[in-house]
Order: sequence, then structure tokens, then C-alpha cells
Amino acid sequence: MRVIIDYIQSYLGSDQTPGVAGNWFWATVYVLLVFVGLSVAVIAMNWLERKILAHMQVRLGPMRVGPHGLLQPIADALKLLLKEDLIPSEADKTVFWIAPFIVVLAAFTVFVVVPFGPTHAITDMNIGILFMLGVSSLSVLGIVTAGWASNSHYPLIGALRSSAQMVSYEVAMGLAVVSVILMTSLNPTGTGTLSMIGIVRAQQAQGTWFIFKFFPLGLIGFFIFAVAMVAETNRAPFDLPEAESELTAGFHTEYSGFRWSLFFLAEYSAMIAVSSIAVTLWLGGWLRPFPNALQGARWDFFFALFPGITFLFLGALAIFSASRMPKHPYFRIQTLGLAGFAAVLVLIGAVLLYPPVSRVVQDVFWFSAKVAAFMYLYIWYRGTFPRYRFDQLMKVGWKVLLPTGLAVLILTATAGFFVR
Amino acid sequence: MDAMLHISTLHYLVLGAALFLLGVIGVLTRRNIVIVLMSIELILNAVNLNLVAFSRYWQGIHGATALHGQVFAIFVITDAAAEAAVGLGILIAFFRNKETVNVDEVNLLKW
Amino acid sequence: MAPVATPFFFYLLAATMIIGGVLVITRKNAVHSALALITALLAQAGIYLMLYAPFVAGVQIILYAGGIMVLFLFVIMLISIERTEKERQFNKQWLVGIATAGALGGLFIAVYTKGKSLFPEGRLSYPESGNTQGVADLLYGQHTGTYMFSFEIASLLLLVAIIGAVVMAKKRI
Repeated sequence: MRVIIDYIQSYLGSDQTPGVAGNWFWATVYVLLVFVGLSVAVIAMNWLERKILAHMQVRLGPMRVGPHGLLQPIADALKLLLKEDLIPSEADKTVFWIAPFIVVLAAFTVFVVVPFGPTHAITDMNIGILFMLGVSSLSVLGIVTAGWASNSHYPLIGALRSSAQMVSYEVAMGLAVVSVILMTSLNPTGTGTLSMIGIVRAQQAQGTWFIFKFFPLGLIGFFIFAVAMVAETNRAPFDLPEAESELTAGFHTEYSGFRWSLFFLAEYSAMIAVSSIAVTLWLGGWLRPFPNALQGARWDFFFALFPGITFLFLGALAIFSASRMPKHPYFRIQTLGLAGFAAVLVLIGAVLLYPPVSRVVQDVFWFSAKVAAFMYLYIWYRGTFPRYRFDQLMKVGWKVLLPTGLAVLILTATAGFFVR
Repeated sequence: MDAMLHISTLHYLVLGAALFLLGVIGVLTRRNIVIVLMSIELILNAVNLNLVAFSRYWQGIHGATALHGQVFAIFVITDAAAEAAVGLGILIAFFRNKETVNVDEVNLLKW
Repeated sequence: MAPVATPFFFYLLAATMIIGGVLVITRKNAVHSALALITALLAQAGIYLMLYAPFVAGVQIILYAGGIMVLFLFVIMLISIERTEKERQFNKQWLVGIATAGALGGLFIAVYTKGKSLFPEGRLSYPESGNTQGVADLLYGQHTGTYMFSFEIASLLLLVAIIGAVVMAKKRI
């Protein structure tokens, strides 16, 4: 027992990620944690998306399956697992089977370098951002093969459109990323870096988040990336390739049951992945708000209360809605379930208020909070914007975002040259 | 056995040569133009592997900044992209005329 | 970080590359060949990582596997005709082709067995951190930039290739 505690202490005291330190055990633990965390996040996103979209459209969303529809994702998952597994008759079975795996592989491998904290990443590659851009471009291959393997014209057109869109917006994403890498080279130490943890440390050393640097260049770069990342993940308003009214669900038309849920999982994981890129590059990664402006032990203590207070607030919301449930014997189980959920949330909040725990959880909490804000933005875009037509989509990608990205890059380089 | 377990530069060169041979066989024996183009990509990759393997060998002699092989490999990748684009463009232009992708039916200039 | 289990990874990646290469040149279906080539390219990126070239590995994944192969798959899907799968796959000179490749292979074997002693071990391991900076120094450095001219010519080459591809694929010029 003593050995285990010593081992955990020795890990918590190190200042490197497990991959860099060569620590197989902790790297595996982190991989499992990321896996479980992503699955929980995708399930939560499913429920949140349906509820938030519904409330934006002045309706209630799922209310029946659990209290306020909280068990709806589980019901959806069960339904998808029990559905019949159809393969079109003339489809190429091997390629049909491989395509969802390519997309899921690409979407999950990206998380190897996502930094949840200065030591809370699976590893810190020296070419971190290059790796993330490259692996997320591999999902295009999965989509193209999925559309082709279905042997039917709607999926083929959907796949070709979707991959053309993704490839076009990858260029704009790359330019926005390059302008940020230029900003990291304005460090006091004088060298730029491609590693994700290095980029956040550069923001910490330079005292500003890169979204505010060289105003308005950082902001425009951030907007370019924000638009390009929505197009990259085929989400509204750029979701023509998978819109139901246009192309009968595009490249995943012929996929049913578990295979479709793999595409769904990959899409939401890709959303979280590109949001983490945006958060790391522009919004300061795991740094709490105002890391340099409001310094000192009291401000640290104040911001360290936020994780606990967030969970306590969510628990209070759950208790409030439990008290508002109809007082009918049929609803007794649901009310008890919701009250139990509220109790769990309050318990987590109380644990997170305890100072040693909140110190460890601080980085992960701020990073997750910023990524959650991006997820809310995704759902907001879906509920608000009408869909782009495909030629308008390609026009925006090549004629608007690409020149703006080039201009931001050149102006950032000029501004950096004069600052030096 | 020990020679096989200890990976030296020669291992990478032999691997590159094997890939080059596979690419050459593909170019010389296949009828489908697209597969011929893909075999050309295999050949270029084998060359890249040789370049990067020699760059590491050169680093051992001249210090960690002697990365000439890697820079040249990047140029070869750029070249391969340009060549694939133009080659596929020519393929599409030809396909529009003759509705075939077989190399031995490209015989309009035959006497 | 010290390298771990180098022979295992080398043989694994080498086997993946060779099997991918064999599948490229023998499949009837062009899409299967393209997928096999993608596997071979990704294995090659892994071998670049083993050779302490992380930047070239990243470029390979982004450009080759994520760009050129998407282009190939697009064209295959746009011009795919099913009757090509049922036609003869290997052309009439296949025997001469294999004989040539055999001669080339014999040449390679002769060169590598004679020169086996020329290549020392290279057990050294290089730090990962300086690689991108070293490549950038060679390309853009003020006093060390020997490849700047080639870089500009490469960008001209890409421009010419773009114009060429657009002109070639247009219906009416």
C-alpha cells in the first residue's frame, strides 16, 4: 500500500507528461481516462444538444425517458445496438466495414496530444499541432470510403461533397494555426514551438491569450479558425452533405445501428478535438482567466473555488427541478432519481471545494469549461443559422477565409518583426 | 541473428530497395493507369526513405543539424503532389475522350 | 526519451509497408489499391519517426496520406467503371517487366552485400526538440539557408501544376 501511495506521489510531483517521461503505466491510465471521458462527453452532448435545441425552438425536448429526459441517450444507445445490421447487397463488404473504423481512429488518435494541464496530457510531441492537423485530415479518407462503399448515388455524392468541403477548410485552418505559431516565437526566450503545451506556456509567458494579441489580428485569426472548424466537422450551417432534406443523410445513409453510432461518435469526438485546438491556441488552454493580471494567493484561491461552485450550482438546479416535478405516484421514481442525481452533483461539488483536490483539478476544469463553451456555441449555431448551399460554402472557404488567413499571417509576421 | 536484431542504416536501405522494386513491377505490369500512378508514388516513397535514412547517417558524422536529407525529402513530397495532380488531370482529359483507363488502349498514334 | 523495442517496431512497420505495397500492385479494385497505399504511407510515417525525423513524418501524414490520396480516391470514384475489374489486369509485357525488376533486384542485392560494411550502426539518439528548427534553418536561415532557392522553385512548380491540372481537366478551354 505504501508503495502504491509513493508511486502516485512520485507521479504527481513530476513536471512532465507521462509520454515524455517514458512512464508506461500512467500513459495507459491517461489513455483509458481520455477514452472514458470522451464517451461520457459524447453521451452528455447527445442529451444537451436535444434539450438545448428544443429550448431554443420553444419546445421541451425529451422529457419521458428519465427525469427531464436524462436517460434518453442510454435509450438511444440501446436502440442503436439492437437494430438490424444492414449491408447493401452490391456493397463492398470489407471497405464498408473498415470505413467507420478509419473515422473513429482518426477522431480518437488526436487526443494523444490534447493538453488538459501542464502535465495532464498523454504525451507532448514536439510537433503536436502538426500531428493534430494531420490526423484530423485522415478522417476525410474514412468519409470518402464510406460513401463509395455504400454503392448508391446519394451517399457517393454526399461523401464527395463532404470531403471537398473538409479539404477546402483545412487550408484555412492551417493558415490560422500558422499565424498563432508565429506569435509563440515572440517569447522572451525567442524560440517558437509547435508543441501544444509549449503554446500554452508561451501564452502564459507573454501575458496575453493569443486571441487578444496584436488586436485585432488574434481575433480575426480566431474567427477564421472558428468558422473553419465548424465546416471541418460537417456541422450546421455547413452540414449540406448530411442534411436530411437534401441528401437523405449523405455519406452515412446506408449505415444503420452500431456502424451509424460509430460515425456519430467520431463526429462529436472530432468536434471536441478541434474545439480543444481552438482553446489551446487562442484561449489559453488550461490557464484560469487573468493569470497575470490578477495574481497572488487570494485570486488563486478565488478562482480555485469555481469547480466546486459549478457543481454545487448544477446540483441546486437539479434539486429545484426535482421539487417542481408533478406530485403524482407515477412520477415518484423519476423524482427520486433526479434527487439522487442532484445529491451526487452536490457531493462532487463538495469534494471539489476541498483545497488539495481543487488545486489538482484546476487545470482540467478550466480547459473543460472552455471546451464546453465551444460545444454550446456549436449547438447554438445549429439552432440559429440556415444552411449554406454547396457553392456558397466553397466560395466562403476559398474566396473569403483563405485570403483573410493569408492577410492575418502576413500582418502578424510584420507586427512580430516590429515588436522584436 | 544479432545483425537482424540491431537496426542499422542498411536495414532502412534494403526496405527502400524492396519498395522501389514493388513500385517498378507495378509500373511495368499493370494496365490500369491509376494503379500505375500509385506505383509511381510507391517509388517516390522508397526514394524518400533512402534520403531520410542517409540524413540520419549523415547526422552521426556531421552533428545534429545536418538535416539535408530531410529537407530534400520534403521537396520530393512536394514534387509528388504536383505530379499526381497533373497526372490525374491528364487521366481525366483522356478518359473523357476514350472512356477507358487501360494503358494499352492509349494507341491512337500507333502506326 | 530512450528508444524502446526498436527491432520490433521496425519489423512491424516494414512488414506493413511491404504488404501494403504488394496489395497496391495486385488488387483488381482500384479503391482497394488506394487503401493499401494509404496504409503503406502511414507505416512510412512511422519509420520516419524511428529515423528521428518527426517533421517529415508530420508532413507525410498531412500531404501524402491526407492530401494526395484523397485526390486519388476522388479521381477513382469519378471515373470508376465496373468493367475494369473484370478485364485483364496485367498487360502483355508482364514477363519482360518482371524480368527487368528481377535484374534491378539482383543489382540491389549485389550493391548491398558488397557495401555492407560501409554503414555503421548509428546508435545515437537525437533530441526531438531541434528537428523542426533545424529544417527551418536549412530552408530559411540567414547564413545557413542553402535550400532557399529550391524552395522558391518548388512554389513555382506548384503554381504550374495547379494551372496545368485546371487546364487539363476543363471541359472547354
